[in-house]
Amino acid sequence: MKKAELMDYDKALELFEPVLGFEVHVELNTKTKMFCGCANEFGQGANTNTCPTCLGLPGGLPQVNAKAIESSIRLGLALGCEIAEHSRFARKNYFYPDTAKNFQTSQYDEPIAFNGQLTIELESGRLVTVDIERAHMEDDAGKLTHVGGATGRIQGADYSLVDYNRGGVPLVEIVTQMIEGGEADSPEIGRTYVAAIREIVKALGVSNARMEEGNVRCDANVSLRPRGSNVLGTRTETKNVNSLRSVERAVRYEIQRQAALLHAGGTITQETRHWHEDTGITSAGRPKSDADDYRYFPEPDLVPVAPSREWVEELRATLPEPPAARRKRLQADWGFADLEFQDVVNSDLLDAVEATIAAGAAPQAARKWWTGEVARLANVSGVSADSLVQPVQVAALIELVVAGTLTDRLARQVLEGVIGGEGTPIEVVESRGLAVVSDDGALIAAIDEALAAQPDVLAKIRDGKVQAAGAVIGAVMKAMRGQADAARVRELVLERAGAAE
Amino acid sequence: MANVIKLSAADLSGLLSDRSVSSVEVTQAHLDRIDAIDTGVHAFLHVAGEAALAAAARIDARRAAGEVLGPLAGVPIAIKDVLATIDMPSTAGSKILEGWIPPYDATVVRRVRDAGLIPLGKTNMDEFAMGSSTEFSAYGPTHNPWDFDRIPGGSGGGSAAAVSSFEAPLALGSDTGGSIRQPAAVTGSVGVKPTYGGVSRYGSIALASSLDQVGPVTRTVLDAALLHDVIGGHDPLDSTSLTDTWPSMAAAARAGLADGALKGVRVGVVTELNGDGFQSGVSQRFTETLALLAAAGAEIVEVSAPNFEYAIAAYYLILPAEASSNLARFDSVRFGIRVNPEDGPLTSERVMAATRDAGFGPEVKRRIILGTYALSAGYYDAYYGSAQKVRTLIQRDFEAAFAKVDVLVSPSAPTTAFKFGEKMADPMAMYLNDVTTIPANLAGIPGMSLPMGLAPEDGLPVGLQIMAPAKMDARLYSFGAAVEALLEASWGRTLLSQAPELAPKAMSAGTASTSTEGAV
Repeated sequence: MKKAELMDYDKALELFEPVLGFEVHVELNTKTKMFCGCANEFGQGANTNTCPTCLGLPGGLPQVNAKAIESSIRLGLALGCEIAEHSRFARKNYFYPDTAKNFQTSQYDEPIAFNGQLTIELESGRLVTVDIERAHMEDDAGKLTHVGGATGRIQGADYSLVDYNRGGVPLVEIVTQMIEGGEADSPEIGRTYVAAIREIVKALGVSNARMEEGNVRCDANVSLRPRGSNVLGTRTETKNVNSLRSVERAVRYEIQRQAALLHAGGTITQETRHWHEDTGITSAGRPKSDADDYRYFPEPDLVPVAPSREWVEELRATLPEPPAARRKRLQADWGFADLEFQDVVNSDLLDAVEATIAAGAAPQAARKWWTGEVARLANVSGVSADSLVQPVQVAALIELVVAGTLTDRLARQVLEGVIGGEGTPIEVVESRGLAVVSDDGALIAAIDEALAAQPDVLAKIRDGKVQAAGAVIGAVMKAMRGQADAARVRELVLERAGAAE
Repeated sequence: MANVIKLSAADLSGLLSDRSVSSVEVTQAHLDRIDAIDTGVHAFLHVAGEAALAAAARIDARRAAGEVLGPLAGVPIAIKDVLATIDMPSTAGSKILEGWIPPYDATVVRRVRDAGLIPLGKTNMDEFAMGSSTEFSAYGPTHNPWDFDRIPGGSGGGSAAAVSSFEAPLALGSDTGGSIRQPAAVTGSVGVKPTYGGVSRYGSIALASSLDQVGPVTRTVLDAALLHDVIGGHDPLDSTSLTDTWPSMAAAARAGLADGALKGVRVGVVTELNGDGFQSGVSQRFTETLALLAAAGAEIVEVSAPNFEYAIAAYYLILPAEASSNLARFDSVRFGIRVNPEDGPLTSERVMAATRDAGFGPEVKRRIILGTYALSAGYYDAYYGSAQKVRTLIQRDFEAAFAKVDVLVSPSAPTTAFKFGEKMADPMAMYLNDVTTIPANLAGIPGMSLPMGLAPEDGLPVGLQIMAPAKMDARLYSFGAAVEALLEASWGRTLLSQAPELAPKAMSAGTASTSTEGAV
């Protein structure tokens, strides 16, 4: 549907009540895959991290990764879930070339974790409690690359390549109950919920949690219920929405699209939909009915998982501070204004700023550098800011500024050097010779030369027109190639002008 | 030198270890035998002569260097084609895997190689182990060495025919509902299905994961025990593998040969596994065997297992359900043959469908359809769910029986070897041939078949099935070895010594003469 055909958002809400549901897949960062000993890592040659089991070769058998079970239990506990005393894997049968066994080893009626709750805070301060139906374990599919088509999609492709390195990577799928009463906040609820899940898995250390790499993937279910009705509408499932902003946009788009269709007397097709980041719309995928039959049955190649209560309690004791509570504590400790703090959180720099402060930097300076220059450079090279430079280096840089060794401008050059792999800030200062010139002798020589070259300026200064000093300061800074403290230059210019009297 | 191909593995072991015979000689003798008669028997789908002789030479060299090797080092073995072998095609009797050489060895194959056994080749089987006759092999049936017009049992007819025709002293089989024991019964050999989880399934091409178990196929109980000791024990690659420490099965078999080993042993006769539907000669030999046991001091107790009546029905829901899922991976994407549809677009789904249509035989398709149906939403509880409940009831029947007796016995199969084609048109008749063996798979308990004579009416071998409680495999071997000795003493010879001599080469199906000696 073209954007012009969408129903106005406010009008859509007037006529319909949005009902939401989310399935978030979290890729665990275990060393090995879910059911075999192959490495769980990116960036290897295609199909190199494979074995008879994850390639689905005849005779291959699964073995459960104990670390994945541990991570799943910790995640379940962090979501307030109960942990099953007896949990089983089940086969979800369907044919697709990225699924080596042509069934996914998942969980069906006996998930490892169930009945959880997660309270999220919207920007307005509104608290929304999302009920978690279940969190279950499963293995990921391989990656298909469609070659030859214009769009990179399967339609129109000449052939497809499949890389099973990702096949068998451990996933936890977190499924919410229906979320009702979201109203106009529904899109924001989607974004904030996924952000909260992401924060939790990151804090637990169970996932790399990079949405851009698919570590956290969201399927958003949206349906509309006409006002005054108690009958649920038909839902759509928008698959693999892979950024927080996209979750918000996709939910909003579906509300407006479905409202327009329903209002025009149309019906919603129960289907999966694809999200298009570039155009900001969803398009139809495959029809999906409640009767989709995956012929689930208990995985006979695996024994049930029965975590002892003692172990579960041990794992509960390892849980980190809940991210929401941590945010409140940090904002208070650092004395940040709401906007300042949001800036840090939204830029995903909480850990980096915290580590920088822990390394000795003042909170405001740490915030300024991370959300400013580091974020800018990260943006230029299209990577995340915290992958660009270590917090301890940023703290060292800030220390040099505070000590007066570097001006902000010089510090930015040093930062580039550090990022460029030239060493620590001090090493870059030394190797590039970037330290502020604090030798007054060199400055005085340059100032005297500049004053002599601009006698009219000198006269103005002597007449008390102090602002005229700017031209001389500029000339001196230029002569010093920027490596001087402008404030000190100013002091000295005024002094020398007076002395020259 | 006695004809080495007629020797048991235990006897060969002695000759090899004192270097009266070399492994190369033993291996060559078996390769010659295969060369001479396998055109007629068709037990092998692949013979790896050069690799076998090279492996044998390595064992001889190690022995010559003074290395002390395991008891079966240098003894040849045939491997059922359901097991993955890194150096030989592994087709599971299916066209869909024609020529496929796996990049790995099944755990049992690795253990066999590590113990110094010499793989001779891969043996024929019903496609994906679905069948009781090898008639469903995509590569043609194996012929029963006792009568080439008859089936050698299935699915492991190739392994059973190989040992009973002296092409190999030992073989590996797999047993999902009787595929080791029923072929053993109809060829006059010994076969053991171990306790579920006792032997690794890693690398065994799965039929029904919760029922499959790899086990030994041999001519004597002691040989089966020696092989069991090599292949058994925990394997971390198979999550259903038991972590128990197992006693030596060979020691158990030898203990069974002690005087009075049968005295006071409580032998349960399962009412439901005899009588109606059992060939008269089968029942007759069974009754005679019970009398021999009683005379040797065993206590014969009649026990009832009322839920066995539902075993076949439950089995034919659980097996196809699991098989339909296990066989989904045969899709042409990563291995095996690929067949493109004759017309229309080449989508992955259509190529998968065309490949599976061309690559799977009729029985495989039948069971995939059955299993897909049984697992479908709305039918699951009625079929798969109910079948699992029956499984629990059968386990309880066994528990109740084993509270009263030490071992259970029955005929291994209701009939002797039937003729080719006899049951092809009627799947139910074929399925019913496994009525005796299926309960042990459903309960996960160990079972053995050993020869108990020839049926008077057709002169064909009849098998005795012995079952023991789960993890009590050693008891099977002690009792089995005792029964074997008792029977052979009563006959004054081994059963297989009465099998027809198979003429070299010229033979084709149907030319073997049926034993004219009649019953023993």
